[in-house]
Amino acid sequence: MLVPETLSSLPTGATGVVVALPAGNAALTRLREMGLVPGTRFTLVRRAPLGDPIEISLRGSLLSLRRSEAELIEITRG
Amino acid sequence: MAVLSETPLVYALVGNPNCGKSTLFNALTGLRQKVGNYPGVTVEKKVGECYSQHGRRMTLIDLPGSYSLNARSPDESVMRDVLLGRAPGTARPDRVVCVVDASNLERHLYLVTQIIELGVPVIVALNMVDLAVGKQLRLDVHRLSERLGVPVVPTQASIKKGLIDLKVAMSRDDLTPPHGLPDLLPVPVRGGLLRSRETLSQKGVVREGAPLLEPLYLLSSHDPTHYGISDEARSELQAVREQLEREVPGWEDRLVAARYDAIGALCEEVVRRPDAQQLSLTDRLDAILLHRVWGWTALLTVLTVIFTLIFKVAEAPMGWIEAVLSGGELWGREVGGLAGWVTGVMPDGDLRSLIIDGAIAGVAGVLVFLPQILILFFFIGLLEDTGYMARLAFMMDRLMGRVGLNGKSFLPILSSYACAVPGVMATRTIDSPKDRLITIMVAPLASCSARLPVYALLIPLLFPPALMPAWGKALILLGLYAMGTLGAFFFAWLFNRTLMKGVSTPLILELPTYKAPALAGIMRQMADRAWMFVRRAGTVILGLSIVLWAALTYPKSSDGAPSRQVENSFAGRLGRVMEPLVRPMGGDWRVAIGLIGAQGAREVFNSQLGVIYAVEAGAEDETPLRDRLRAEKHPDGRPVYSLPFCLGLLVYFVFAMQCLSTVAIVRRETGGWKWPLVQFAYMTGTGYLLAVLIYQLGTRLT
Repeated sequence: MLVPETLSSLPTGATGVVVALPAGNAALTRLREMGLVPGTRFTLVRRAPLGDPIEISLRGSLLSLRRSEAELIEITRG
Repeated sequence: MAVLSETPLVYALVGNPNCGKSTLFNALTGLRQKVGNYPGVTVEKKVGECYSQHGRRMTLIDLPGSYSLNARSPDESVMRDVLLGRAPGTARPDRVVCVVDASNLERHLYLVTQIIELGVPVIVALNMVDLAVGKQLRLDVHRLSERLGVPVVPTQASIKKGLIDLKVAMSRDDLTPPHGLPDLLPVPVRGGLLRSRETLSQKGVVREGAPLLEPLYLLSSHDPTHYGISDEARSELQAVREQLEREVPGWEDRLVAARYDAIGALCEEVVRRPDAQQLSLTDRLDAILLHRVWGWTALLTVLTVIFTLIFKVAEAPMGWIEAVLSGGELWGREVGGLAGWVTGVMPDGDLRSLIIDGAIAGVAGVLVFLPQILILFFFIGLLEDTGYMARLAFMMDRLMGRVGLNGKSFLPILSSYACAVPGVMATRTIDSPKDRLITIMVAPLASCSARLPVYALLIPLLFPPALMPAWGKALILLGLYAMGTLGAFFFAWLFNRTLMKGVSTPLILELPTYKAPALAGIMRQMADRAWMFVRRAGTVILGLSIVLWAALTYPKSSDGAPSRQVENSFAGRLGRVMEPLVRPMGGDWRVAIGLIGAQGAREVFNSQLGVIYAVEAGAEDETPLRDRLRAEKHPDGRPVYSLPFCLGLLVYFVFAMQCLSTVAIVRRETGGWKWPLVQFAYMTGTGYLLAVLIYQLGTRLT
């Protein structure tokens, strides 16, 4: 059984697939609305020069989110 | 045949941020547009007009860029309310033009799927087709139109391509509400929503036949302030929402997933992607501009250029404005300006003094900052339009996040170093109402250019000239800037912990594709904002300048000497009344009068002292005034302008809110007197307490 990984632990440049986002968090609902729903493939493009926030690319657009939200998003690599 | 008498068709223009919507709006309406404000919120209301192919008048409402009807910011609430016909003073649009970025169809179709459920005819403008071509995407426009059940028109608003086709589509009489995508609602959710709409329309919260999802949109947990929804309606909505959540847990998330599933399937059908992804211009630029070394270099360069231009380029037009209004040197010639002309045509007297010293001086005091404000607005527009603004926020977010702000607060605060007015107005780009308010509250602590003349007057007084090398003065100046900056961070942190505790608003930022700026649009926005400043701040300032003038002019003293006149005026008497307040910080009644005058605008302090001490203070050279101040003694023989007093006074100027323009604009941007008053109290209070502390400690130690 794999330990569930979160978006924030993904190395820069790696690709992942969203597994789950906890319900009832307004920020995460907005991220869903911007296309980050379970099953979505994304690439972690870079971290900001100061380490936070994180930039990901998904569905042809670039999004930035803070580590505090990224830590809540379960993903698998690949 | 032209049918001009009919009521115009009302179109709403909607789309995600950065889809080129405003460019399209400008291209469609040209100069026939009006910019105002939606009542109660500081969201720009842009309404324009154009004519259909048959000569029928059409009204276009350019709604703020939004990601979802599930509103999360004042901008998005306005879009939601207008589309649902709930915005007071704005007619419910008959039809909607949905602008999407053709190169980013998947994400932009999300809003489209929400819009086509509203039951009004929709046209999709497939904008920025050039970008899609650049990405080697092939779009099947016909199939997209068929599947969505709406006309789809490819456009490229930046070069006015496709506008005729769009107008043809907009002119059609036979447009019907779209059938839309297949029903996306899971069955139990649909049942629940039908029942709740029934309940809500009986109670009058929503109209009959309202869109099924209207209750959800009205009470979205992402929009904590619920603009414009009555309290009773809110509790009804809350009850309905809770019941739905019990019946179908996680239904909202399931609905989002269902939409993206449908959009994904649709895009499989209509978008052909190239086999190999190539590196885009945005990827290549970001590799440099967000680099941990080059990124900072670029950021510093951009900001240095902007601020150099603000201070250097604005200097000349500031001089012209000054010369044209109050008199001075204009292109190498000494001119009397408007004030000089009035002096020439009017006999000496109170009325002339009112016009020159009250009205013209007051207006000049506002207009003189206009060049700086225009340049700042221009660059803010440029940064936003090219896409660099989002990168700036991305780079700075960590730093700003430390004190509870977000990356988007950076530029407004930075702008405030030139002038707090555009800084406060630039906070409109911050979606989170809390972050926006805190940014407005602390931005005026940045040492603006109006403080500089006061700093320049007082710093040399701190130490005897022999002990004061130029670098020492520079160091003190730097210290004052640092003090204001640290103060801004400290108070942001404090407000975040106290006044606005518990509201968390995480930053979710889209980093848009870089693009060439639409200069015409930027210029227009710059002019609109500047005009708003002149109108809003100008009227308040004009009134208060006249009050201040009267306070300094009346009652008349028999003796004609200006210093005697000031001494005997209401302001002079007020200065004496205020003296007990100023004494703890080391000043006397003369300083009190100076501070009363500076209350309107900081730089007035210098000219006020000039009048009081009867020193002809030149605009360029403050030396005579400074020498006079240095010689000024208390009755017991101690110098008034001692080190502890001057230092305290400087710190007072760093913190105190002494700018009517800013007060007026903060009132405007926060929609009432509450926040400007809180701001005035905390800033001036801090300045005063620190000044007293410094003077008292200083006099005891020396």
